[in-house]
Amino acid sequence: MEIGLAHYLTVSAILLTLGIFGIFLNRKNVIVILMSVELMLLAVNINLVAFSSFLGDLVGQVFALFVLTVAAGEAAIGLAILVVYFRNRGTIAVEDIHHMKG
Amino acid sequence: MIIATLAFYLFAALTVASAFMVISAKNPVHAVLFLILAFFNSAALFVLLGAEFLAMILIVVYVGAVAVLFLFVVMMLDINFAELRQGFLQYLPIGGLIGIILLIELILVVSGWVLTPDALQLAAQNAPIIPGATNTEQLGQVIYTQYAYLFQISGMILLVAMIGAIVLTHRQRPGVKKQVIADQVYRRPEDAMAIRKVEPGQGV
Repeated sequence: MEIGLAHYLTVSAILLTLGIFGIFLNRKNVIVILMSVELMLLAVNINLVAFSSFLGDLVGQVFALFVLTVAAGEAAIGLAILVVYFRNRGTIAVEDIHHMKG
Repeated sequence: MIIATLAFYLFAALTVASAFMVISAKNPVHAVLFLILAFFNSAALFVLLGAEFLAMILIVVYVGAVAVLFLFVVMMLDINFAELRQGFLQYLPIGGLIGIILLIELILVVSGWVLTPDALQLAAQNAPIIPGATNTEQLGQVIYTQYAYLFQISGMILLVAMIGAIVLTHRQRPGVKKQVIADQVYRRPEDAMAIRKVEPGQGV
C-alpha cells in the first residue's frame, strides 16, 4: 500500500490531538503543558513538511524551519518564566497564577 | 517500496505512542525522555519525506537544546509532582471528549479532500524541489535569497528570546563582593590618602 499525503496528515492530526488532550489532562503542571505545546508545534511541522514533499514545493520546509525557530524561543522563554515563578512562590501550580494581579 | 511503507508505520506508531506517554507519564523526567523519542521518530518521518536537513535540525535543536532544557528545569526545580497530578482523572472525561471530537473532525477533513490541479502548478512556480540536488543545498538556495529577510528576523527572534531568558532569570544577590574595575581606574591619590604635617613630640 502506497503511503500518501493522507497518512502523514493523519499522524499529525493525532499528534495535535494528543497535545490538546495533554493540556486538558495536566492542567496543573506547567512543564507538561509546555511539552504538549511542543508536540502541537511538531504536528504543524509534520503537516508543512508533508505538503512540501508531496506538492514538490520547498517553501513548506522553509516555513517549518521558522516554526522550529519560534518553538525553540518559546520553550526558552516559557521555562525562564517558570524558573522565576518557582523562585518567587515555591510552586508551579497553574491555579496559583491568578494571584498575580498586575 | 514495502520497506518504506513498513518504516513509515513503525516511525508513525512510535511517534504517536511516545507522544501519548509524554502526556500520561507519572514522572516528568520520563515525559521529557519520551518527548525526545517522539522527536527522534518524527525526524525519521522527515527523512522518509525527503527533508533530510529539517530532520537533522529537528534532532539538533529539539533533542540537543529544547529537550535538554526541559530536563534541566525538571531536575533543577524541587517540585512535588504527585500533588500536581491531583485531578488528573477528574479532567480525563472532558479532555477525552474534546480530543476525540477534534480527532474525528480532523480525520474527516484529511480523508475528504482532494487537491485541485491548480495547486500543483502554483507550488511548482515558487520554489520547486529539483530531483537530483541535495535537500540542504536547495534549502540554502531558497533561504538565503528569497527568504533572506525572514531568515534574519528569525535570528532576531532567537536573540530576543535569549536576552529575555537571561534578563528573566538573572538576579542580583546582596552581600556578594565583586571587583568594579571602573571605580579602581577612577581612584585618585587625593581620594585615597591625606598628607598631614606632624609636629615633633605630638601625636596625629
